Amino acid sequence: MEHTDIFEIGGKRLSSRLFTGTGKYGNDALIAPVCEASGSEVITVALRRVDLDGKTDNVMKHIPSHMTLLPNTSGARNADEAVRIARLARAIGCGDWIKIEVISDNRYLLPDGYETAKATEILAKEGFVVLPYMNPDLYVARSLADAGAAAIMPLGAPIGTNRGLRTEEMIRILIEEMELPIIVDAGIGAPSQACRAMEMGAAACLVNTAIATASDPVLMGLAFGRAVTAGREAWLAGPGAIATLAQASSPLTGFLDRTEGAS
Amino acid sequence: MSFLSEALRLGQTPLHLETVSGDDVRRVVGLPRVDASGFAALLSPAASEHLETMATRAHALTLSHFGRTVSLFTPLYVSNHCANHCRYCGFAAPNSIPRSQLSLDEVRAEGEAIAATGLKQLLLLTGEAPRKAGVAYLEACVQVLRPLFPSISVEVYPMETADYARLTRAGVDGLTVFQETYDPVLYAELHPAGPKRDYAFRLNTPQRGAEAGMRVVNIGALLGLTDWRQEIYAVGLHAAWLQKRYPGVDIAVSLPRMRPHAGAFQPACIVSDRELVQAMTALRIFLPRLSITISTREAPSFRDNILPLGVTRMSAGVSTAVGGHAKPSKTEQFEISDPRSVAEIEAMLRARGYQAVFKDWEPIEASA
Repeated sequence: MEHTDIFEIGGKRLSSRLFTGTGKYGNDALIAPVCEASGSEVITVALRRVDLDGKTDNVMKHIPSHMTLLPNTSGARNADEAVRIARLARAIGCGDWIKIEVISDNRYLLPDGYETAKATEILAKEGFVVLPYMNPDLYVARSLADAGAAAIMPLGAPIGTNRGLRTEEMIRILIEEMELPIIVDAGIGAPSQACRAMEMGAAACLVNTAIATASDPVLMGLAFGRAVTAGREAWLAGPGAIATLAQASSPLTGFLDRTEGAS
Repeated sequence: MSFLSEALRLGQTPLHLETVSGDDVRRVVGLPRVDASGFAALLSPAASEHLETMATRAHALTLSHFGRTVSLFTPLYVSNHCANHCRYCGFAAPNSIPRSQLSLDEVRAEGEAIAATGLKQLLLLTGEAPRKAGVAYLEACVQVLRPLFPSISVEVYPMETADYARLTRAGVDGLTVFQETYDPVLYAELHPAGPKRDYAFRLNTPQRGAEAGMRVVNIGALLGLTDWRQEIYAVGLHAAWLQKRYPGVDIAVSLPRMRPHAGAFQPACIVSDRELVQAMTALRIFLPRLSITISTREAPSFRDNILPLGVTRMSAGVSTAVGGHAKPSKTEQFEISDPRSVAEIEAMLRARGYQAVFKDWEPIEASA
């Protein structure tokens, strides 16, 4: 469809609302074809894995040049470490976008909202386009917005679990209440779940594990690209009202008509 | 708080796994979250009949949490001076072997030889001789190696928290320490003399490392000293305890099986390939995010075949001799079974659809 549906973050206009990642691939040579098949224009990469001077294969070589890099602070355990990683990412030429991940729980990989907000504030002031990964909590989302985040990235389920939109109701509240774009990040295991998030009004989805660990990552990337587009178009179309209760055969308000007719 | 009381309790209450049935095992494998009793069931003789089911679950968990990637590292032995009398170790004090310790120039030469293979993650090893290879020496080694390796771990004698903190400030980010056996009685028999006799001090070492700021803490038991089921159960509970108490630390487990070595000690039992697979898949199902390290003690074909079952870290291009990377030496701590080079391991991983991860940490302390 020809639409005027503009998606802009950090002064950049994006035509795809699917963000992808670089982790967990059996072969990084799959990254470029996945980008192409999925239509994604934003890709996240863990700075900890970037090896610019290494003798071995470097993940950066596999990222197509038109992609917007979204380096992430994977490995940061507090705000200070996230800030240092973000500055390093900028220093080595990864640009101004940064996905903040502050995680000090290796069992569930759940983000630390307080430290994330602290890092967001520091980095936003330094001119970064800050996309914080967070638990879908309205208060944290507000503090991230106040701190200068460019978008909010709530998790659908813990990273890598492919369990889907387990936090759907909380994400729905963020979509309703926040002015910032809501980008569902983590937990999405199937294209139908990404589609669902987009139908709810999410601005975008970030999907890595479900694509990278699929038997055919390129085909799965294609499927996710289409699902995100379909979900977005459904949101724009405005789905019809859903009847949650069957209509009673004797309408409960039928008496109103009878009363009016009698008078 | 420490794991000591739990370890001592385990030592006095052997597992009774003979009552576990095949139905119990199938039920546990299907659970979303497995507790300690479920973990015990996965280690039972009955579970050995359900290896394929366990392997399928372990593979799915590993794939979802770690993807098709395996982190590569290599050990660098910098000193084999040792005051301990571990009856199973080739470097034990009573063994008359050539003793040596690398000068810092030699450390640099070893580091450069290793770095030339592309490796970025290093494990520094010494025996227990703090006066010769103490904290200051290790700090100096790290200073030399730091420009070559973004990640440096140590497998040295157990230290106090303050000494580990010195090492983390110098740039060490990981600690490996094996309890060898969790059975306190057997531990006393196997360590008749030397500072390593102190079971409790060694058992609490991973905790001290975590408190000192290590990012990765790798524990393990030397399989073959006693009943492996009991040992793996203790390792798993120790790992779970550490994960819970230090959620910010990446807890890893190694599964070293005993190999022939210079001493006369022979394993009390041989852990078969099937049993090692059972141990590894049980650990993966019990602790889905646990890092699992497989060393070159294992033969190439076995290492290749167990890749999908839970392995997240492998050593490659290994020499267990002091200074063995820059020039070959005959005195090794143990004979390795997988002599493949880094390039050969990387090619094997690629052929099996896996990616070798060379760099998995960016040192941020000094650089920003």
